[in-house]
Amino acid sequence: MIPADDAPAAAEPAAGETPAAARRGWPLYEVFVRGKRGLNHVHVGSIHAADDEMALHNARDVYTRRNEGVSIWVVRADHIAASSPSEKDPFFAPSADKIYRHPTFYAIPDEVPHL
Amino acid sequence: MDTSTPEDAELQAQFDATVAADQRIEPRDWMPEGYRRTLIRQIAQHAHSEIMGMQPEGNWILRAPSLRRKAILLAKVQDEAGHGLYLYAAAETLGVDRDDLTQRLVDSRQKYSSIFNYPALSYADIGVIGWFVDGAAICNQVPLCRCSYGPYARAMIRICKEESFHQRQGYELLLAMVNGTDAQREMVQESVNRWWWPSLMMFGPPDGDSPNSQQSMAWGIKRHTNDELRQRFVDMTVPQAEVLGVTLPDPQLRWNPDRGAHDYGEPDWAEFKAVLAGSGPANAQRLAHRRRAHENGAWVREAARVHAEKQAARKEVAA
Amino acid sequence: MSPHAEEEDATNAYQSLSETAGIDDPRWAFGSGFEDVEAEIEAPLPAGVDAADLAEYCLMLGDDALVCAQRIAEWVSNAPELEEEVALANTALDLLGQARVLLSRAGHVEGAGRDEDALAYLRSEAQYRNVALAERGDDLDFGVAIARLLVFTTWRLALMSRLLDSRDPVVAAVAAKAVKELTYHREHAARWAVRLGDGTDESHRRMQAGLEAVWPFVEELFRTTDVERRLVAVGVAVDPADTRAEVDAVLDQVLAAATLTRPDRAPMGLLGGRGGRQGVHTEALGHVLATMQSLARAHPGATW
Ligand SMILES: [Fe+2]
Ligand SMILES: [Fe+2]
Repeated sequence: MIPADDAPAAAEPAAGETPAAARRGWPLYEVFVRGKRGLNHVHVGSIHAADDEMALHNARDVYTRRNEGVSIWVVRADHIAASSPSEKDPFFAPSADKIYRHPTFYAIPDEVPHL
Repeated sequence: MDTSTPEDAELQAQFDATVAADQRIEPRDWMPEGYRRTLIRQIAQHAHSEIMGMQPEGNWILRAPSLRRKAILLAKVQDEAGHGLYLYAAAETLGVDRDDLTQRLVDSRQKYSSIFNYPALSYADIGVIGWFVDGAAICNQVPLCRCSYGPYARAMIRICKEESFHQRQGYELLLAMVNGTDAQREMVQESVNRWWWPSLMMFGPPDGDSPNSQQSMAWGIKRHTNDELRQRFVDMTVPQAEVLGVTLPDPQLRWNPDRGAHDYGEPDWAEFKAVLAGSGPANAQRLAHRRRAHENGAWVREAARVHAEKQAARKEVAA
Repeated sequence: MSPHAEEEDATNAYQSLSETAGIDDPRWAFGSGFEDVEAEIEAPLPAGVDAADLAEYCLMLGDDALVCAQRIAEWVSNAPELEEEVALANTALDLLGQARVLLSRAGHVEGAGRDEDALAYLRSEAQYRNVALAERGDDLDFGVAIARLLVFTTWRLALMSRLLDSRDPVVAAVAAKAVKELTYHREHAARWAVRLGDGTDESHRRMQAGLEAVWPFVEELFRTTDVERRLVAVGVAVDPADTRAEVDAVLDQVLAAATLTRPDRAPMGLLGGRGGRQGVHTEALGHVLATMQSLARAHPGATW
């Protein structure tokens, strides 16, 4: 449910305002599931996990509810090389091999300025 | 918006054209800063709401009156955790981190839906929350399955499928209760009385008092106004209430043949503002609960991280 | 965009809603998840098996699962991370599903017209047959919760894998499903035990403390009751004493990987020769049942 306050959006963080601070969270993994034999693995979403094993376990719990017979791939989000959907990509930046999402690259300062 | 350079103007034009063509904006696309910020706020608060929404219903899992109801409620509340997870992931595509968003929630720097600042006081509330609150969520969220931001729209599709189960289980419980004992019927009516008005408030203030709606609609991250969605909810709910034989606590509620819709009374917007400002019946309790869970889990999250680092280091030595 | 065009959109969730509206969706817990088993709940008593014994045995296995599920469910909205929230709820749901079939079978075999809810909600502590480990609270300490889950699932998996050929078709069917589930639960608990044991100093200390807290309840898991002895003879039950070597081996392996020490704690003793299987419980069970049964007992004759 979306909160209905309709408050102005000014207080939201901007990406990359400060370099990544020491992060306490688990890394982000992208999850790919092959629902049936004969199909490709498709991206279904992401989860956080401390290591690959936990990532597989969590992915199975969250995205398949342990449906057996499906094959799951998990890959650390910061290991994905991605091209940009549009040629111009000025916002998320210069290098072509930069991953398409990389939250650890951005940090939110404690006191977020009202830009 | 800063469109001072020709490049910026061109990017803005591309963005506008994509939205106008009802195409999706994807994470690496250029987007106006205001769009990004609005999305982060909306998706994060939506995610927080899913997580905070676990509490009122979680309050009854241990006391569910049959094993079947216990299984249903446990699965439902588990779904809400999953919804929060999908939504945090969608927010993360915009360059924020779930940990930071959680910190914002527990520090009261970001909001969640005020409906969860009301207490769940009887088992009928489990039915009514499913019927009203998940029902209102469906009204709100189904249009978002076509919202302009791809990851949000895709998360909403997955979530909406599960919300239909949620509403169904709530309504089914109420049907069983109104066909049960007098005490159960009274419990249902009492619960409907308490939840009706807060549920109507879930759609937000009247359109005239909702200053940011216009921009959000232009950006394709809101597709109907608050009042349109509220009307849809009322029209959907009235016949369902008749089947249950319960009275919706609004003396002004009646079918208006001219409008082809129900007229209904005005929610108490002063109460709405008060709950939003933090003085609802359960604000303090809900936030303290979430903060406690987050803090109590810190050593566990840290341990898993440190263990993973140790393992990685061992692998490196072995290699 | 016309409303009509909206209806035809492939991503339209209204459409998705109707596609998935069947209440028998296996992902959804309207049932116990044992639909194929439920047909067999009324299967006839295997030849040579005493009805009272089989009912009692189903209560033992069912109560273990029910009480443990109730304890795990205390974690809802309290888990250390969202992904763990989902995992713990899955575990509780699996155990609850096992309990529902076993209690239903107990009620059927007993023949007194009691269903799963009558057995779950209208029995007193003294009529419950679970082991004390299942009712052990954890005060939302993840170290205790994981220690309890590790020991409980290791033991229950050892039991269930020996019940696959039980002559009672319901017990065998529950075992078939439970073995898959418990393998997953045990794996989950073991991995956490290793992460916590071999994590930070604090997590090592707390995981070890968790083990110390549950260890006095381990001995009871291997005590054989008369009911079990009689049912082993007719091919329905397993002697829990036979699971000891497997449980020890698994726990030793996990503790070694986790750099944890096997606790040296005096086992909790019996009271006049009786323990959980005979209805003599710790003080904790009274609180578990008081919470669980309060609403159901306040409304006799109600249907939910
Ligand atoms: Fe939800
Ligand atoms: Fe829901």
